[in-house]
Amino acid sequence: MTHELILQLTVAILLLPLVSFVVLIFFNKRLPRQGDWLGTSILFVALGLSIVVMIAKLTAYSDEVIRASFEWVDFGNVPLLGPMKLTLGIMVDNLVATMLVAVTIVSALVHLFSVGYMYGDVRYGRYFAYLGIFSFSMLGIVVTDNLWMMYVFWELVGLSSYLLIGHWFEKKSASDAAKKAFIVNRIGDIGMFTGIMIIFATFHTFTFSEIFDGIASGTLPMGSETWLTVAGILIFLGAVGKSAQFPLHVWLPDAMEGPTPVSALIHAATMVAAGVYLVARTFPMMTADALMFIAYVGAITAFVSATIAIAQNDIKKVLAYSTVSQLGYMVMGLGVGAYTAGYFHLVTHAMFKAGLFLGSGSVIHAVHHALHHAGDHHTDPQDIRNMGGLGRKMPITFWTFLMYTLAISGIPLTSGFLSKDEILAGTLAYGELTGHYIIPIIGFFVAGLTAFYMFRLVIIVFLGDHKDSHRLDAIHESPLVMTLPLIIFAVLSFFAFYSFNPFGAADGWFFDALKRPMSVVPAGVAAAGIEEFGEALHHSHSTAMALSLTVAGLGILVAFATYYWKKINADAIAASIRPVHQFLVNKWYFDELYDATIVWGTLLVTRIVRWFDDTIVDGIVNGTASWTRAITLGAKGNWAEGKLGALFYIAVGAAVSMFAGWTVSTSLIPEAATFWSYIWYGLLGLATAGLSFFMFYAGVGGFDNRIVDGMVNLTAYAAGFLGLITRRIQTGKVQTYIAFVLVGVIAFFLWFR
Amino acid sequence: MQDFLQWLQQPGLNHFLLLSGILFSLGVFAVISRKNAIMVLMGIELILNSANINFIAFSRFSTGTFDGQVIAIFVIILAAAEAAIALAIVLNIYQNFNTVNVDEINQLRD
Amino acid sequence: MDLYAIIFYLFAVITLGSATIVVFSKNVVYSAFALLFALFGVAGLYVLLMADFLAITQLLVYVGGILVLVLFGVMLTTKVFDVQMKTKTIQMVPAVAILGLLSGTIVGVFWSTDWYISENPIDVAKTAPQIGNMLLTTYLLPFEIASVVLLVALIGAAMIARRERKG
Repeated sequence: MTHELILQLTVAILLLPLVSFVVLIFFNKRLPRQGDWLGTSILFVALGLSIVVMIAKLTAYSDEVIRASFEWVDFGNVPLLGPMKLTLGIMVDNLVATMLVAVTIVSALVHLFSVGYMYGDVRYGRYFAYLGIFSFSMLGIVVTDNLWMMYVFWELVGLSSYLLIGHWFEKKSASDAAKKAFIVNRIGDIGMFTGIMIIFATFHTFTFSEIFDGIASGTLPMGSETWLTVAGILIFLGAVGKSAQFPLHVWLPDAMEGPTPVSALIHAATMVAAGVYLVARTFPMMTADALMFIAYVGAITAFVSATIAIAQNDIKKVLAYSTVSQLGYMVMGLGVGAYTAGYFHLVTHAMFKAGLFLGSGSVIHAVHHALHHAGDHHTDPQDIRNMGGLGRKMPITFWTFLMYTLAISGIPLTSGFLSKDEILAGTLAYGELTGHYIIPIIGFFVAGLTAFYMFRLVIIVFLGDHKDSHRLDAIHESPLVMTLPLIIFAVLSFFAFYSFNPFGAADGWFFDALKRPMSVVPAGVAAAGIEEFGEALHHSHSTAMALSLTVAGLGILVAFATYYWKKINADAIAASIRPVHQFLVNKWYFDELYDATIVWGTLLVTRIVRWFDDTIVDGIVNGTASWTRAITLGAKGNWAEGKLGALFYIAVGAAVSMFAGWTVSTSLIPEAATFWSYIWYGLLGLATAGLSFFMFYAGVGGFDNRIVDGMVNLTAYAAGFLGLITRRIQTGKVQTYIAFVLVGVIAFFLWFR
Repeated sequence: MQDFLQWLQQPGLNHFLLLSGILFSLGVFAVISRKNAIMVLMGIELILNSANINFIAFSRFSTGTFDGQVIAIFVIILAAAEAAIALAIVLNIYQNFNTVNVDEINQLRD
Repeated sequence: MDLYAIIFYLFAVITLGSATIVVFSKNVVYSAFALLFALFGVAGLYVLLMADFLAITQLLVYVGGILVLVLFGVMLTTKVFDVQMKTKTIQMVPAVAILGLLSGTIVGVFWSTDWYISENPIDVAKTAPQIGNMLLTTYLLPFEIASVVLLVALIGAAMIARRERKG
């Protein structure tokens, strides 16, 4: 397989979902089954091609970067900015190759799952079209080799997430959630855009490799290392928005209003992964300070959302906060320098989190149908307190869900254990190297919390007793199109796909293929180098493994003690620490905080601006209008209406123009003036002055009405008169016309004789 | 005067041209002044014939080639086609309006 | 005055005289018959212009074909006592004025122009071979198109003249 073939296949992978979108958005009503088979099969083809590309890339060209680009627009030398060229290009390195498979596999299985889950939806065909453009946008982010294309696809992801979250836009909460996701993302994007502009203003290119080369050769934004840090953090702000990092994580839980498979797509492989991917992409240009910032943001995100997840009762909300928490893990992993581990966690998490969401979708689907069957429209099918004991009725869903839960909790033999363990080891190494021990402490604490709340979920939903035994009877396992993706994801959550050593991810092909890239920043501000970090990692590895196993086991134990054996009364504890519990239930009051500050502040500003518009701007406009009106209508009537300003204007204008007319006319009097010339020019001056006075008295409107209209009417009358004469010639008889033509011909003959 | 008599006795290009000019004028007169559609057609035939005379006269005296004659053949062909179509139209009009007076045929049929 | 001139004036008088009758006759049947003589005169003029093939064609096509068509047209459409022949569209006086003006202009133009006269005018006994040659070489495409035009005219004329079936 040649470079060209790999590139062509990559472009095909990128464009296939777009084809699906274009066809489905226009023709979904005409296709059988509204075209779901088309979108699904296209994504499976893309998945097959991605696997081919990945295997080819990792085996034959593991050490090189395959790229192709062409110049699209050359703006020449833009003022204030310097030379500006836009290039379109794609690149395939190991990061891209693995990410392609991760995106397409989740997208393809989500398509398949949706065939069952969305069956009978009002906008079934359009839903699949949106899935297509979502996949396309995400793949675009993955394969691009420059920042501006990434920004374009970045916004496309924002758009398609808006469309999908708001799929059921009749529900106010859904449309609100869509708007919230879009707007919150925009806030992060502003930072990213600014960062890109700083980079561009310095290097006059958007291409990653050229930027890195530029930094490596010693060029720095504004010539200072601080600005490089600032640019890195600003670009990271984009990731904060898309990957739902603290403090912009608030959109993600609301995005649960979208259909559940969409949640799986957003949270596993597409949207939130984009942020992490961006950090991984720009990793070489991050300074030590920027990385520390990233690590702390990730740690805070992981901690905050894990605490919130404990107190939630909505199955999807729990999963949403666990996603935020895991994303925090990934960002933290990248931040501390455990590049491969962080990205590895993105891939493994994509598999089991997609599985978790699809599993919850299967549960909600079943409960919803049971409730519907019973004619109950008030009970919330997503509330875990309305579930219980589903494990017996839905064995496939239960066992696969358990597998994902083990993976996310970091139990050995799962993929989650491999990646999480590496991240935790990385944080520990980071703590040793820099003294920021708070990060590993948070990491381990959150690992315990994760195990706790995930097992709480599993125990309440699948084990234990159901409140209503009749309802339990009505619950059935989901159809094969829904359980098949669950099984595939469960299989992919085993360690064997990533490393044959269940306790050492570093031995697997993944770590082999994805080496941490060399940092290009100046040595003075660089984070700990690969070798130094590797050394520390080696030391901390076994400690980290032991610790993570301990906290995970502890978390599971507490979960079982509380919710299965009922040794600990959760409600009593919640009641005893009621303020804290309320604080967690209400998600740290982030929404309320933003409402009270940002939203309220924005509204205040808009009110002020509106007042300014209504009073000042409109006042000027209306004043001008009445003034003009007074001029056109003349002085008559203004006195009665009390428009003294207009009267004053007219008086002054009339005086000035009369004076001007008189001056011009009298200055025309020749040197050798006779008596009659005085008379004539004097009369001319009087006439001019009189005309100006008339115009100001009767207004421009009066002049218009009487003189201009008069001329116009005269012209019209003359035209009508001529028409009356000439229409006699228009007899409508061909022979007459021939006669006229002949006269004309004769005239020509005589004229040109 | 002597020249004119001399000219009269030797028919050349100008004689034919003058003849065709008069014939053309007569045809045009028929076209613009007669109200019978068939008369109009006859006028057109006269006009075509006058044109043909010009073609052949120029072919004979001016160019010395046969192109003019060939074109005259095409004119005759088109005249035949035109006559056939025009008479068909006139017959059709007569069936519908019961007249061939071009002044009365002044409405487009649906 | 040689024989050529005499024959020319004879045909000229036949042609113009018949054409005048065609144009000014009150009876359309007379006009049609006068047209026969006018066309015949033109055929004679063709002979004088060394165009024997065209003269024959003129007789065959015009006298034999078109004129018969015109006569059919006259007989199918004209009521016998069709008195009012002149159109109201353009009154007689302006029509005659235009006629005089037009013929005067044309004659004047023809008269005053100094036409180019070839050194070696056509002077052959038979023209048919040359015309046939040209029709199948230089003018092959127009010739073919003309044949198609004739076919279309044939079909079209039959189509138009056919009495419409009501309903």
